[in-house]
Parts: sequence; C-alpha cells; structure tokens
Amino acid sequence: MSALLELTGLRKAYPGVVANDNVSFQVGRGEVHALLGENGAGKSTLVKMVYGLVRPDSGKMTLGGADYAPGSPHEARQSGIAMVFQHFSLFEALSVAENVALGMENPPPMRALATRIAEVSETYGLPLDPSRLVGELSAGERQRVEIIRCLLQDPKLLIMDEPTSVLTPGEVSVLFETLRKLQAEGTSILYISHKLEEIRALCDGATILRLGKVVGSCDPRQKSASELAEMMVGTELTPPAVRDHELGDVALALKDVSVASSAAFGTSLRDVSLTVRKGEVLGIGGVAGNGQDELLAVMSGEVVLAKDRVLLHGNPIGELGPNARRALGILAAPEERLGHAAAPDMSLVENAALSAWVRMGMVNHGFIDWRKARGHAERVIEKFDVRTPGAGNAARSLSGGNLQKFVIGREILQQPEVLVVNQPTWGVDASAAAFIRQALLDLAAEGAAVVVISQDLDELMEISTRFSALNEGRLSAPREAAGLTIDEIGLMLGGAEVVS
Amino acid sequence: MDFGSINPVLLIASLMVASTPILLAALGELVVEKSGVLNLGVEGMMIVGAVTGFIVAVETGSPALGFLAASCGAVILAMIFGVLTQLLLSNQVATGLGLTLFGLGVSALMGQGYVGVRPPASPKLDIFGLNELPVVGPILFNQHGVVYLSLALVIGIWWYLRATRSGLILRAVGESHEAAHALGYSVVGTRFAAIAFGGACAGLGGGFLSLVVVPTWVDGMTAGQGWIALAIVVFASWRSARALIGAYLFGGLTVLQFNLQAAGIAIPVELLSMSPYLITILVLVIISSDKRRAAASAPASLGRSFHASG
Repeated sequence: MSALLELTGLRKAYPGVVANDNVSFQVGRGEVHALLGENGAGKSTLVKMVYGLVRPDSGKMTLGGADYAPGSPHEARQSGIAMVFQHFSLFEALSVAENVALGMENPPPMRALATRIAEVSETYGLPLDPSRLVGELSAGERQRVEIIRCLLQDPKLLIMDEPTSVLTPGEVSVLFETLRKLQAEGTSILYISHKLEEIRALCDGATILRLGKVVGSCDPRQKSASELAEMMVGTELTPPAVRDHELGDVALALKDVSVASSAAFGTSLRDVSLTVRKGEVLGIGGVAGNGQDELLAVMSGEVVLAKDRVLLHGNPIGELGPNARRALGILAAPEERLGHAAAPDMSLVENAALSAWVRMGMVNHGFIDWRKARGHAERVIEKFDVRTPGAGNAARSLSGGNLQKFVIGREILQQPEVLVVNQPTWGVDASAAAFIRQALLDLAAEGAAVVVISQDLDELMEISTRFSALNEGRLSAPREAAGLTIDEIGLMLGGAEVVS
Repeated sequence: MDFGSINPVLLIASLMVASTPILLAALGELVVEKSGVLNLGVEGMMIVGAVTGFIVAVETGSPALGFLAASCGAVILAMIFGVLTQLLLSNQVATGLGLTLFGLGVSALMGQGYVGVRPPASPKLDIFGLNELPVVGPILFNQHGVVYLSLALVIGIWWYLRATRSGLILRAVGESHEAAHALGYSVVGTRFAAIAFGGACAGLGGGFLSLVVVPTWVDGMTAGQGWIALAIVVFASWRSARALIGAYLFGGLTVLQFNLQAAGIAIPVELLSMSPYLITILVLVIISSDKRRAAASAPASLGRSFHASG
C-alpha cells in the first residue's frame, strides 16, 4: 500500500497551548486509518489542518506524492478531501439538497442535484429525501446528509470526526457497511474516534495521540481494547465498582406525561410514565433529539404539569417549579453545560450559588451569603478534582470535562433525594467520565434515586440498575439492565417493545 | 367610485409613492438579517441618505445623482457599522442604536443650510405612453423610476435568496455561522456585502423621501419610518413579498388617514394618526402567528457575533 496522505512534523500552537507537536503519520490508499486519542489530544486540530481550516505553524503534508498545503476547505475539496464533522456542519432551516450543495465546489442545478442525491443514497443504502428540512431529521439521517455530501465529490480521502457518537447501534452498522463499500472502491478513510471496539472492528491501522504528540501506532486488530485504552490515556483505567445494596421505596414517579415541546425542532413527550426507587440508577438511553431535554425539564420543574402527574414519595408535586422542587430534594444537571447547566460568564462561586442557595441556606433576608457559596464551590472543586486556578474563574474558562465535574459535583454535594442528569459524560475524557460514573453510583449507594439520561449505551450498561429507551418522545417499559443484550437494546431504541 | 372627496385611484398611486422609502429600507434590512446581522441603524442610514441625496441633487440639479449620493452616503454609515460589529466584534444592538442616533445628529448638521430649499423636480416615468389609461394608467404606468426599482427588488431578492448560489451561502451564513465557516465560506465577507446592500437600500429610501415624497429637507424627517421597516422585516417572516404587503399597508393607511383628516371625518386626529402603526402591526402579527414556522424562518444566528477560532 503506497501512502496517499503523508504528514511530517506538523506543529500547531495556540496561545498558551501546543495543540499538535511534531505529528507524523501516513494514510495508505484504500486504508481505514484510525486517529485515536482523548478529548484535547489534538485530533480535531490535526484534521482541521488537513482540511484547510487551520494552517500548520510548521511541518509538511503530501497528498498522492505531491506537496499539499491547503489554504481553505475549498482547496482541500478540490484536492479530493472530504470531511464529515463531529458537530454536524449542517443548517437546520435549509433543505437536504441545499445543505449538500453548500458542501460541494461546483454543485449542479438543484433539480439535477436532487436526482443525484437520490441515486447515491440508493447505491449506498442511505435513504434520504432531498426536499426535507434538515431540522426535521434524526441524528442518523443528518449524518447521512454529511456523508452523501462527501460521496458526491468522489473523494480520495474521507475524514470522519467521531461519526458514531450520536448513532444507534443499528445506524452504526449501516455506517460501517457504507465505509467498507467505500474502502473496497479504493477510498482512504481517516477515522477519528475514542470508541475502541469500533476501531478494532473497522480500521487497518491506528495512530495514537496524547497531548498533541504521537505516542504510538499499531494495528488495532492485533490489540485488545484495554491495551488501546492504556496507550490512549497513558494510565490504567479501572471500571467503576458497582456496590450491592437494597433498593428502597419509589422516590419519584411520572404518570402519563405528555408535553408539547417548546423548541422549534424539539420532540414532544407522549404518555411517559416512569418510577425510580431509592438507591436505584435508572438509565434512559436513546439518540439525542428524542425528547431527552423535555424529559429532564419535566422532572426538574422547568416545565410544570398538573399536580398529580409527578409524585415525590407519593406526594403530588407536578405544579411546582425548579426551586420548590430543589427544596424538596429533586436536583438536575442538564446536558448543555454552557448556558443551561452553568452561566458561562459567571464565576464558579456564582454558579454554585445559583443552584445551591435553596438547599444550602445561602440566602438570608434576600442577601446572599457569599462565604457559604464560596465554601460550597471550593468543596466541589476539591472533592470532584475540578482543575481550575480558583473558584473565582468564569465557568466558560473550564474545559468541558472539568466543567461537567463541577456541574455534577455541585448537585451531588447538596445531597439530593433524586438526581436527574442528562448526558453526564458527553464530550468528557475517559478518566473524568469514569470519575463521574463512580460518583453517580456512590450517590445511589447512599440511598438517592438517580436518573441518568445518556446516549452512551456502554455507560448506561455499566451503571444502570434498570434501563429504558426514549424514542420519538415515548419511553419504553424498563428492563433490568443486567443481562440485556446489545440486540435487545437496539430494538428498544428503535421503539419496539421487548418482552422479557 | 368616490368616497366623498377621496379618489381611490389617486389614493393608490400616492400610497405607492409614500410606501416606497419603507419598502426599500425593509428589503435592505431583510437581506442584512438573512445574513445573521441585526442592524438597528436603519433609521440613521435613511436620514443620512435623505440629507446627502438632497444636498447633491440641489447642488448639481440632477435628481439621479442625488439618488446615487443618497445610497453612497448611507453605505458609508453602514460600513462604520460593519467594521465595528464584524471586525471589532462590538455588540450589534448597541452599535445599531448608536448608528441611528449618530445619523440623526449628523444629518441635522449637514442639512443646516438646506431647510426650506426646493429640490429639483424628479420626473415620473411614462411607460409606453400608457399613463392616459383610466384607473391602471396612473397606478401602473406613471410612477417614479425608484418605485419600479423597489418592486423589481421585491422579486429580485426573492429570486436571489431562493435560487442563486450566493443567496444560498448568505442564508447559510445567517443560519449557522460556525457551520458555514467550517465549510470554508467567508462569514465576515458575506456579512459585509449584506450590510452594504442594506445601507444602499435604506439610503435610497431616504433619498426618495426627501426628493420625491415630501419633497423638502426637514430635520428628523424620517420620523420613525426606519423603525417601522425593522418591524416589518420581522413580522414579514423575512420574506420579500410579505414585506411589500406590510410596507404598502402602512403607507396606504398613512395616506388614507391624511385624506380622512382632510375630509373632516369625525374621528379624533390622534386616533387616525396612530392607526397605521396599530393596523400594520396587527395584520402582520396575524400573518406570522404560526409560532413554530416563524421560529424556523428566523435566521438562527441573528445578532450573534462571529469570531473564527481554532
């Protein structure tokens, strides 16, 4: 296999941080090459340089033997490089065909383009209607839009940045079939992920990055997942210890909750019922956009309902807002860290006070007791190993993983009776994720009821007592998590009833 | 037909003239907002256009040069806004408000020697000699050139946004500037072009106001028309045809209420003068009452500053 893309000594520094340092590796023709690393290892910066979005400070790239130094994504696309982005580079209010046209250099007229989209989606088994608005599509369908956009340009190299993070297991296998078909046609693929099993199943070669440097390369099919993980993290990872303990009475119950979503492209909840007992972790799986935000809002009190729709220890509390529910012990950590869980430009002390003043007695005659607030923030920082120069720093200045530890820790240290978290480890590196999961398990072991809404099925299987799936606003009947197979979970996520 | 002393044919012909400044300003702002920029300086750009157009037309004796100067004057003001918000990342709302206040002040200064001066008359077009036709003649074939231009812009902007590639890029930039940047489109460049176009339209509208509609120069003569144009853009759900409806409705009601006042109808003058504002807003609210669709047609990045990082 001769090399298609060769990187030699690439370096890119931002003020205060070296994102990539002396990175060299090759991608062969027709090879599926994995780029492996934790969040912040410099994978995204590296592929942005290949795609012409960021210029390297030094180093050299060659493509097909010739020097390659793209000044813009347009040049990269003309050279035969296409990219599927991690956070979709799609426009919700535009149609599928318009979105595809925006990612092409010389798109044909709209009508011809629609025909070609239909053809390509047929060939690769990726059904898609060119006239639909992207905002109405599921995450899997959105990714198809991105992939088809790339395929229409007959790329030599396809870059995929964390393509499976939002897909169901069924959608992942469809994606893998497509990628293998492309590989058979001679397309090279640079595949970025931190999901090790996927890489072992799909890739021919792997380069591992840590803190911006190449720390190794290997054939992922020859290595075990734990060996890869250790290369990636640099230390051994311990899976969270599940403690055996008795479950208590039902703490929180929802009864036939139907709520119309207030967001433009949101999903309405339909007849959702659930119960969660003291000491239990209820895992709720499902691809984002199936009503997760709405479900959290119903439990946290952001959306109020008729009195008897929500019960805490058997008492109706449906009409109470967030602060009244906090006083009763229902706390929540929403998905969107900046803007929903935390106010980005306020300090950690202020952010701590915002959610904790009700339960921690921080307000006296309408005045905030800043000493107590600072004490709470500092305790969170210490106990949850939040890396920050101090509690006075703005929430925005923290990395995703550190802010997530702060947000979760802020709620856990208030000793909730019920804790609801949405995507607790999304975009969080492996060691921080393991820490957060352990903290949630410990909380349950102390007798709290915990609801974990997540897209990460491995995570849910690791910590859940029972598992439900959320699909198009409907919640499946819960199953004992122990003993569920990946096929059964796939069916539940697809909306099918699985009888135990 | 004759409603007392009000002639409906003349009413329609004059409402088209009276509405044109607002229509032009609204069309310009529509394009600006579609690119994701909220420029609240429409009023300021209009009045600067009105005064520069007036001065140049009076000094040169050429209304055509006056209209050109009106556009250019407002574009210069719009570029100040562009540099501040796009390059220096200042807050768009505050900068736009500042632009309006600055425009009102600077126009009063520039127009000091011109209060009460008569501008050169700008002739109406007479298309194919059809202006003698009854009813349609005065309405369709005997208007000022800028009126036809504004109507052509309604169709042109609709077609541009819907069918051209650069229109698609403009909408994409307004929808998600991060995604547009990731695909390699110049967010700042696109927005600069849109802001300049918005300035040119608002300035032309202002020039039309001082040279044709009124025609004279008075301090603060735009009298809130720029704000009405801004409201029309939102309630028209960012569609040019609806902006036309909104602008003509407002202009029509304004002309009608003047006529009613002149005809001595027994309705308090205050009620009549507030009626165009009330009825226009009311009608447009009803048109755009579908909340979900209104949210979907609003450019998602509207008013947010963009800075390319890493």
